[in-house]
Amino acid sequence: MLGLDKKNSALLLIVIALTVFAPFLMNPFPQSSGLAQFNAGYPDLMQRFVIFGIFAIGFNILFGLTGYLSFGHAAFLGVGSYAAVWMFKLLSMNIVPAIVLSVIVAGLFSLLIGFISLRRSGIYFSILTLAFAQMSFALAYSVLTPLTNGETGLQVYNDDPQILLGNGPTVTHLFGFEMNSTSTLALGDWAFQFNMGYYVSAVMMVLAFYLSMRIFNSPFGLMLRAIKTNQTRLNYTGVSTRPYTLAAFVISGMYAGLAGGLMASMDPLAGAERMQWTASGEVVLMVILGGAGTLIGPILGAGFIKYFENIFSKINENVLHGWFAALPDGLENAIVWVLHFFVGKGWHLTLGLLFMLIVIFLPGGLVEGGQRIGRLFKRKKSGDDASNTKPAE
Amino acid sequence: MDAILLQVLNGLDKGSAYALIALGLTLIFGTLGVVNFAHGALFMIGAFCAVTLQKILNLSSITIDPTQTDFLGNPLKVKTPYVINWFGEVAGSAIINWSVPLAILVAIPVMLAVGYVMERGLIKHFYKRPHADQILVTFGLAIVLQEIIKANYGANPIPTPAPDAFHGSYDFGVMIGFEANAIIYPVWRLIYFCFSALVIGAVFAFLRFTTFGMVVRAGMADRETVGLLGINIDKRFTIMFGIAAAVAGLAGVMYTPINSPNYHMGMDFLVLSFVVVVVGGMGSLPGAVLAGFLLGVLESFASMNAVKGFFEAIYLPSIDQIVIYLVAIIVLLTRPRGLLGRKGVMEE
Amino acid sequence: MSKSNFTRRGLLKTGAVAGAGLAVPTVFDGSVWAGSHSGYRNAPQGDTVTFGFNVPQSGPYADEGADELRAYKLAVEHLNGEGDGGCLSTFSSQALNGAGVLGKKVAYVTGDTQTKSDAARASAKSMIEKDGAIMITGGSSSGVAIAVQGLCQEAGVVFMAGLTHSNDTTGKDKKANGFRHFFNGYMSGAALAPVLKGAYGSDRRAYHLTADYTWGWTQQESIQAATEAVGWQTVNNVLTPLATTDFSSYIAPVLNSGADVLVLNHYGGNMVNSLTNAVQFGLRDKMVNGKQFEIVVPLYSELMAKGAGANIEGVYGSTNWSWTLQDAGTKAFVKSFGTKYGFPPSNAAQTVYAQTLLYADAAERAGTFNPCGIAEALEDFNFDGLGNGPTFYRGSDHQCFKDVLVMQGKTDPANEYDALEIVEVTPRAQVEYAVDHPMFAGGDLGSCNPGA
Repeated sequence: MLGLDKKNSALLLIVIALTVFAPFLMNPFPQSSGLAQFNAGYPDLMQRFVIFGIFAIGFNILFGLTGYLSFGHAAFLGVGSYAAVWMFKLLSMNIVPAIVLSVIVAGLFSLLIGFISLRRSGIYFSILTLAFAQMSFALAYSVLTPLTNGETGLQVYNDDPQILLGNGPTVTHLFGFEMNSTSTLALGDWAFQFNMGYYVSAVMMVLAFYLSMRIFNSPFGLMLRAIKTNQTRLNYTGVSTRPYTLAAFVISGMYAGLAGGLMASMDPLAGAERMQWTASGEVVLMVILGGAGTLIGPILGAGFIKYFENIFSKINENVLHGWFAALPDGLENAIVWVLHFFVGKGWHLTLGLLFMLIVIFLPGGLVEGGQRIGRLFKRKKSGDDASNTKPAE
Repeated sequence: MDAILLQVLNGLDKGSAYALIALGLTLIFGTLGVVNFAHGALFMIGAFCAVTLQKILNLSSITIDPTQTDFLGNPLKVKTPYVINWFGEVAGSAIINWSVPLAILVAIPVMLAVGYVMERGLIKHFYKRPHADQILVTFGLAIVLQEIIKANYGANPIPTPAPDAFHGSYDFGVMIGFEANAIIYPVWRLIYFCFSALVIGAVFAFLRFTTFGMVVRAGMADRETVGLLGINIDKRFTIMFGIAAAVAGLAGVMYTPINSPNYHMGMDFLVLSFVVVVVGGMGSLPGAVLAGFLLGVLESFASMNAVKGFFEAIYLPSIDQIVIYLVAIIVLLTRPRGLLGRKGVMEE
Repeated sequence: MSKSNFTRRGLLKTGAVAGAGLAVPTVFDGSVWAGSHSGYRNAPQGDTVTFGFNVPQSGPYADEGADELRAYKLAVEHLNGEGDGGCLSTFSSQALNGAGVLGKKVAYVTGDTQTKSDAARASAKSMIEKDGAIMITGGSSSGVAIAVQGLCQEAGVVFMAGLTHSNDTTGKDKKANGFRHFFNGYMSGAALAPVLKGAYGSDRRAYHLTADYTWGWTQQESIQAATEAVGWQTVNNVLTPLATTDFSSYIAPVLNSGADVLVLNHYGGNMVNSLTNAVQFGLRDKMVNGKQFEIVVPLYSELMAKGAGANIEGVYGSTNWSWTLQDAGTKAFVKSFGTKYGFPPSNAAQTVYAQTLLYADAAERAGTFNPCGIAEALEDFNFDGLGNGPTFYRGSDHQCFKDVLVMQGKTDPANEYDALEIVEVTPRAQVEYAVDHPMFAGGDLGSCNPGA
């Protein structure tokens, strides 16, 4: 199907099914149950899942295939967002020009930085990308405030030119379909939310995923893997690797720009923190957690981190008391006292512990965890178990 | 002229903190081949050794003074530290006042132990794993450590002043013929500089002039051969990890009077110290120290008004925001392996 | 098992969802919580109403966020008739009586802003979209406040700003759905300048160190204008990068610059470090131009004072409020806060407590939670009894006008909460300004957005 082999076609179909039915899948718990706190099926978080999925898929094309570890990819996401918001400010709230420009700008920016940084490899490359990204962040936060609106973040004001706005919507839209419009399906004790912005982002993610599959299986992808395996040998055989790595760098930069443009389209504000090294580090964590070099891993990693950030940080002591209200008071208080270190203001602690546990016990990331579980269920067919999510090595 | 001298002093002082952290980082990398993202957390734990000691020394007995009331109108609880009860007003206050220097004595065994546990319990299992895994697991550890500190001490900075004897500043300018107030520098920062020079010297001497150090250096150069010679290099590397942790911890203890410590201080230094290590050249101890001082001095110069003005005139405003990174880029593009780096280290 | 805790699920059990579609699936536009006829976003269904408390819980301002959260919990208790009622009895508007708001019990959800615009908006959005929060409040920095205020304007809920001191919040970036009780940079300048003149004379030369982002700039501009108006000169204004932790290289040149006052336009950790460094350099022991060298920190907070320790002795600054005030509102609030938590509240806690009560009172008086009704009730509202003296919520920019406190670091504080003392209560008239004042110009309040 679409130039993919059977396994990849199946994987693509699975991803499509997952994104289409996400509003159901993310909302498994009835509203009136205590577990509803863990529901993630609201528009903002679902949008974040797929947008950071795009970001991570793109990063994986660079890191997973070539092994080049960039610590500055958030800069491309940031410039993508700024470009998109400027389109909203200057033209209209239609997201098409915004996304197109954000991809182009991020591509050009990554071409520049990649051209310089790829003169070095290993940790020297990482530090070069980190340096560029931190410079971008520092300047965006302060000196470039006329362009970026600094600390506050770039946003659309009523008195912006918006020359194509006319009588069009004043919220971001795709030819009239407003990104923030949500339909709700109430089914018994469940309320499933279907959001326009989410589905637009989801379509983009599926396309991005399909493209990354094609890249993984193309001669170009093979060349990138060869670079990871042994760059020296390639150089000795007379192959110049730089154009390939640069191409991978720019492609992943454009993915980041697309993610940035989509983020701005869902929520037209671009903050400078998006470019900070912690944001760059976050995408590295997503990819490694999910499984670097695998197709689906980055998406899983992105979902994992965003889920913790948004769900666990909101569980406060009051919620905990609600859960354990049925227990005797002493026990209730004891449990709540222990748990409150791990949720709410302690969500970072939980995240850090999980990072450690996953890296220690699942070197291949979440994908490896999935494979292990899968193997448990189909021991018998283990002879033919090389699933397509095997690490690239 | 006096302004330049002043910034050189500043730069050396900043640089000594960078150099100490980078030294430990390089030591770990050079001996164990591990990229330790938790090194900033070790610096932070060192600082909190001082905070904890100060807290312990301030443990107080509570007596109720019915003649006074607190803000709610209840009888006031008067706290008297136990050390004052035990040693009397003068000696007790002096002990509390000297809590930061005293913390050095506490920090050395604590940090050695922390380093030992960390290496044996976690890092050991990651020698053969890719650098990306090492980064992730140590980063996770750094988050866990700083969250534990945050849960116990809060996020607000905690004042840990130097002993009164070291308060205030010293007028250098007068000594070398400038007018008064031209070059003054805080006493504690001078102590910090001397202290770090001492520690750096001690580490180098240890590696240079002891048999233990010789074996470690040999192990850094060729681990396998040293192992074949029947030397237990692993054990020595564990001890080196402990020493690196102690160096970072001491840097943290002594730093507390300069800036009040908070749980986040390690992360603040982490990125910078990596830049320092890489600019110095991966695996090179002298390189780390040199780069630490170099970046410290350049950072100080970049904050001078004249320099800022000059760069603003050539459309490069806020040079002080980006100088470290700019220098890193220039160094790495002109010297492929940093200032003193070896070929083939961390280049894959 | 213990006292009933009102959480979101309480709302939901009896709420819209269960009622709306047990048997027949229904589809309607807008948020699920909005009744199709209520006319505004997240209209509360059932017997509870949900507030969203969005405060920093991780990052450097986490302690300030924690103090805000304490005050919020206290406010919810008082609104629901638990505890001692706090300021409900001293509040000049007696619409609230401890029976919830408009007959509904108040529930709340919390989130972590991380002091980042993006994260704060994500957290606020989740409260609005997932938890059905009717209003969002909180925050500990202006960047976050402005970002979340913009979001609430788009989403159609009310935003009651927490600690935000930038002129822009109710100036360039003001929004019809956003309200600020806290004071701002201009007010700090207007209150401080006369006191500084009285203490240090009118012939002073000031050297500014300013955090290099929008809040820093607006405060510096305000302080410079106010001090120059009383005759001071400004020697230099040096911008310091946000990420600076060691300010030594910025402070070292100050003594030689001919300045005799150092103004630190920093907040939070930046301010603790810059002040500590300045004192280390012995600036305050020196005589320059024949005068004692002085340091000024225009915006104080109790937590910063705690972090800076003894370095703060004698340093002037301003705050929105102080627990040492002696009016009835302050006493009531300090008493219930102190009894519950064992220490006095910070001025961040007081502003969010007041904001919560003001919101609830406005809803009660308006008879609706509709943001447009709330706005109408809050605009040009005169009140008293919440601790700040007679206060006016100006309708044209949604900024509160009230007395501003000039504070000074105490020389020998009795305990860690007692680091600051009130030097002067600057009357409201002295800190007022016109809506179109140049420092606040350029914004557009827009019209209120009910969201549905």
